[in-house]
Amino acid sequence: MTSHPMLSVCDLGKSFRGLRAVNAVTFDVPKGAIVGLIGPNGAGKTTTFNLIAGAFPPSDGKVTLDGHDVTGLGQAEICRAGVGRTFQIVKPFAGLSVEENVMVGGLRYDDGDVETARARANDILRLLELGDKARQPAQALTLPDRKRLEVARALATRPKLLLLDEVMAGLRPVECDRMVAILQGLNKETGLTILLIEHVMRAVMALSDHVVVLHHGEKIAEGTPAEVTSHPKVLECYLGEEHE
Amino acid sequence: MNAGTLFSSRSARLLLGLLAVLSLAPLGVDDYTLSILIAVLLQAYLGMSWNVMMGFAGQFSLGHALYIGLGAYAAGALFIHFGVSPWIGVFAGMTVSVAVSSVIGMLGFRFKVMGVYFALLTIAFAEFTRVLFDHWGWVGASSGLVLPVTNRVSDDFWLLRGSTSMFYYLILAMTVAGFLFSRSLLMRRIGYYWQAIRENEDAADALGIPVFRYKMIAVVISAAMTSVGGMFIAFFSNNLFPESIFSMHRSLELILGPIIGGVGTLFGPILGAVILTAMGETFTILGEHVGIDGVKQIAYGICLLAILIVKPNGVWPWLRHRLGLDGDGK
Amino acid sequence: MDATFFLNVTSSGLLTGLVYGLMALGLSVIFGVMRVVNFAHGDLMVVAMYAAFLLFTKLGIQPVPALPLVAGGLFVVGYLLQRVLINRFLGATEHIQFLLLLSVAIIITNVVLMVFGPDARNIQLDASFESYSVGPLVLDKVRVIAAITAGGVAALLWAFFRYTTTGTAIRACADNPVGARVVGLDVEKLYAVTFGIGAACVGAAGCLLLLLVDVHPHLSSDYTLLGFIIVILGGLGSLGGALLGGILVGLSEALSGVLIAPSLKSMFSFGLLILVLLLRPQGILGKKP
Repeated sequence: MTSHPMLSVCDLGKSFRGLRAVNAVTFDVPKGAIVGLIGPNGAGKTTTFNLIAGAFPPSDGKVTLDGHDVTGLGQAEICRAGVGRTFQIVKPFAGLSVEENVMVGGLRYDDGDVETARARANDILRLLELGDKARQPAQALTLPDRKRLEVARALATRPKLLLLDEVMAGLRPVECDRMVAILQGLNKETGLTILLIEHVMRAVMALSDHVVVLHHGEKIAEGTPAEVTSHPKVLECYLGEEHE
Repeated sequence: MNAGTLFSSRSARLLLGLLAVLSLAPLGVDDYTLSILIAVLLQAYLGMSWNVMMGFAGQFSLGHALYIGLGAYAAGALFIHFGVSPWIGVFAGMTVSVAVSSVIGMLGFRFKVMGVYFALLTIAFAEFTRVLFDHWGWVGASSGLVLPVTNRVSDDFWLLRGSTSMFYYLILAMTVAGFLFSRSLLMRRIGYYWQAIRENEDAADALGIPVFRYKMIAVVISAAMTSVGGMFIAFFSNNLFPESIFSMHRSLELILGPIIGGVGTLFGPILGAVILTAMGETFTILGEHVGIDGVKQIAYGICLLAILIVKPNGVWPWLRHRLGLDGDGK
Repeated sequence: MDATFFLNVTSSGLLTGLVYGLMALGLSVIFGVMRVVNFAHGDLMVVAMYAAFLLFTKLGIQPVPALPLVAGGLFVVGYLLQRVLINRFLGATEHIQFLLLLSVAIIITNVVLMVFGPDARNIQLDASFESYSVGPLVLDKVRVIAAITAGGVAALLWAFFRYTTTGTAIRACADNPVGARVVGLDVEKLYAVTFGIGAACVGAAGCLLLLLVDVHPHLSSDYTLLGFIIVILGGLGSLGGALLGGILVGLSEALSGVLIAPSLKSMFSFGLLILVLLLRPQGILGKKP
């Protein structure tokens, strides 16, 4: 038996009314790995995420999850196939409590038993240090807490692959380090595979085994954090901008 | 919040107390008062039915008179033409309502007609059906259907012919059943899925919730519940005219209760019905004293505005807080 | 049924449709700028018709000369309605806004009912019985006058949005209220002006429609629905769309009135509404959101 990667993206492309947002992007996310997806603003990172998560279908190319072709499936089907995602612009269920927000993700299991899902939701919330805010309405949370809630909600769906879209943005350095530690812990203990878009380079470098760099919708480099940061093309188009 | 504590809680005791008073009401009041209570309960029941679709699942319908009409006509026509008991006719009404609402839901959701546009779609279907019934001879067209009324000594529950207090107990039972059913829906997976869809459809979709299916279920349940109310209206009022039963005014009236009481809450539709009927009765008396057409409605409109300005989320969330029942559920 | 008869029915439907279009234009402007669905639109229409009726019966002012007065009056009503009431509900959810305007509608209808009673009223001018003959066509004089005036008012409105500073500022608010605020526009005031303009359109349309039909207080919800059908057909927020939708509805009413039973004509309109909602929810002339 050959072992296949958790996620395999092959020649992925998307056009919006003639505008090419993502073009011929190919990369693999091995099982149990943490892979970072970086690139300057408008590089097509979130579009790539949306294509993988099924928010809209790709114009061309193929997405394979754990050996199964999931290209063109809807968001809900891809979630049920084992992909949990967060939104860059957070989308909490504002009228529900924090606990209920997370519960909803887990109700697919245990015949929809609410109390079991609630208990599990609270475990996840404690892990993400939101345990004491479980009963608050989600709309009362601060932005960093909402980011954590996004992660908690995605985790409740028991994903094989977790897609994180800028969950560190807006966190203070200490909080950011905590999030890194939490994600590393999850990855080590449960073998959860993670693909993350991140602007906070500290977090990307600390977390990722492997980094993929996008620019103008195309992949320009990939490799270990060290390799990528010294890649001339990357330095030119990406790091060059931030590290004047 | 959880199911186990609800029946031992203070709100449960208050509800049981209220229920006890209501069950004894026919012994102590005259027929006029009883008919007002029937109006309150009917509005509460219909409000709850609408609330399932709008309050729980967030799908805005302004055409619920359609399902009232279908339920009323199905049961009424079967009774008049074939002598079929309304207890069988009500299933015919539910079946037709489920079929029609599935078509509307399917079309609306598949074609992504949302929000106000979806509401207008529901109005359009209701009005379309109204005109259709206006021209359909079998159901009496625009001259309507009239159910035979005969003097009888005892109530015939099987054929729903009888006294005001029989209808009172029927609508009371329907309201209690509607409340318990809504509550059990809200506390299960389906209820949480609906609320997630209501709050953010895209996020619900990303969590693996089959959004289309759950929206359809909400529409269908709401339509079926509403059509039972239609059956009640048919046998209680004994006459059916497309002009009034399918009218947009009925659809509008129906949703006032839950909005005033609190959309998406369990007790809101009941409280809203009480407030609205109390307002209506007060202003009717006032109107009779003043003796001018329209005064009643103007006062009614002003009160609606006032409630909306002061308590835009409905009266029940506020009252629940004041009564210290916040921990006890919706 | 001969061709001349058919042609006459068509042209009369077309002319009436322009007046409907003017009424719907008000609804469209208000929605296009504020995203508020005015459920009290038909009620404002009835108020306008009664105002024109009063001006004619008490002061002898004919509806067309009365038009600026009524439109001005309704502008003030609309402006105040937005300033005092609707503005605080702009961010509210749809069903709350709906209930708000429904309450306003209930109050307006019943004030009208209280003042004028439930009976239908109409006015008769000398021109009411005159007609123009163009070849085989026979056009009612009042219908032609009403349609031309409606077209003129619509053109004025178009010019206002196109060429005046206020009009441009309102379009800016419609596009991006936050941006409009950032560049220093008084968005609240512009919204109030917009609502005023929407109401003024109804005022003008009400005067003109009084030339063609009777008025009674319970017409209000019919006109509200009619307005919705028209703007959905033409495209909510599109000025040309409202006129086109009005003409289409006018035509379909006139034609279905003679081709099938008159009482079925509204079923035809609702069927059309359902189809447009499903197949082209942005309307015939509307842009994709």
